[in-house]
Amino acid sequence: MAFDIGLAVLVLGVAVWTLAARDTFAAVIGFVTYGLLLALVWVRLAAPDVALTEAAIGSGVTGGLLLGASSRLRRAEIQAASEKPGATLRIAAVVLCALVSAGLAAIVLLLPEPAPTLAPEAAANLAATGLGNPVTAVLMAYRAIDTLLETVVLLLALVGIWSLAPDGVWGGFPGRRHQADAEGVLTFVAQLLVPIGILVGIYIFWVGSVAPGGEFQGATILAAMWILAMMAGLVDAPPVSRRWLRLLLIAGPAVFFAIGLAGFAIAGAFLAYPVDYAKLLIVTIEIPVTLSIAATLALLVAGPPERAPK
Amino acid sequence: MSDATLYGLCGAVLVGLGLFGLIVNPLPLRKILAFNLIGGGVFLLFGVVARRGAAAGLGGDPIPHALIITGIVVAFAATALAIALLLRLFRETGRATLGSDG
Repeated sequence: MAFDIGLAVLVLGVAVWTLAARDTFAAVIGFVTYGLLLALVWVRLAAPDVALTEAAIGSGVTGGLLLGASSRLRRAEIQAASEKPGATLRIAAVVLCALVSAGLAAIVLLLPEPAPTLAPEAAANLAATGLGNPVTAVLMAYRAIDTLLETVVLLLALVGIWSLAPDGVWGGFPGRRHQADAEGVLTFVAQLLVPIGILVGIYIFWVGSVAPGGEFQGATILAAMWILAMMAGLVDAPPVSRRWLRLLLIAGPAVFFAIGLAGFAIAGAFLAYPVDYAKLLIVTIEIPVTLSIAATLALLVAGPPERAPK
Repeated sequence: MSDATLYGLCGAVLVGLGLFGLIVNPLPLRKILAFNLIGGGVFLLFGVVARRGAAAGLGGDPIPHALIITGIVVAFAATALAIALLLRLFRETGRATLGSDG
């Protein structure tokens, strides 16, 4: 209990620091710390799958994205820092936010006893999916349609980002070309870490069927390795108009949707699996979905095209 | 007070803190940061509901856990789009604020 109180206070303290820090770069560092501490909270709440996702995506990839943006906006932000709101607005904001927090706290304290739960149903039907991890069973079987739509949402966000490209570089290379010192630390780390990271990413994906892990966590690690290789200048991001890239991005959702439709014929409903082949079909979906998500996440971080295609 | 209640209260305060930063800070990138703080608080509140639903040998209700994982990924996608919009605004106007007067 003492550990939990300390952790909760630390999370709140880092959140305050993230908001109060004068420099945006410092605030982003605070946010990354906040994400990692939240991952610890998730472990304490017996949700290791969420902890992995929070650490990888909520803290890691989001943090990298924010760091890149903060370095580009630094000069403009110094000019804009004087636009502080007036005292009246600040006081009104304090009152509003205190009311929101108090309302939510009251809800937490008044939650119904015994708590409603679907855990027994999730555990009872686990055998029919051939999986050992109930969270993966929810993502890939019980509520597979959420996951299907989520992969589509990621693609829509990427389409939105690509469509922000100026006319002259339409369909070109995303982001800036990164040049790192070939003898430098970044290049060395990238050469050393990328092969190991790819292996870890594949493992985290594969182990997700029986233990904490899964396609999102594994895909994030794979995406991070691609981003690292791009940052170190080992590889350049491909032009977004490349056909193989487009196919890679839609392969996951397309296979997912196709197997979902096949469910009508083989099991009587959309995204239903026959019990004997459930695990096989789930893995058949997960492999292309993992690759597509990894590519999508990396390209979301790379940003809109900034250099004309050759 | 149980651990779940403690973290639930922590989540409630996080939502309030993030909302304050979202309203008060004039810089769009800081607003995006504050919005992600709110997101962390909301996910935590939902995670507390999941933890309270521990049953059948599971440490928590796996359905909210899966929804939270989906939520974290979608929040990332929205953040990436918001940052791309902000950088394009900066490219067009040379400014990093939402104020209308030049």
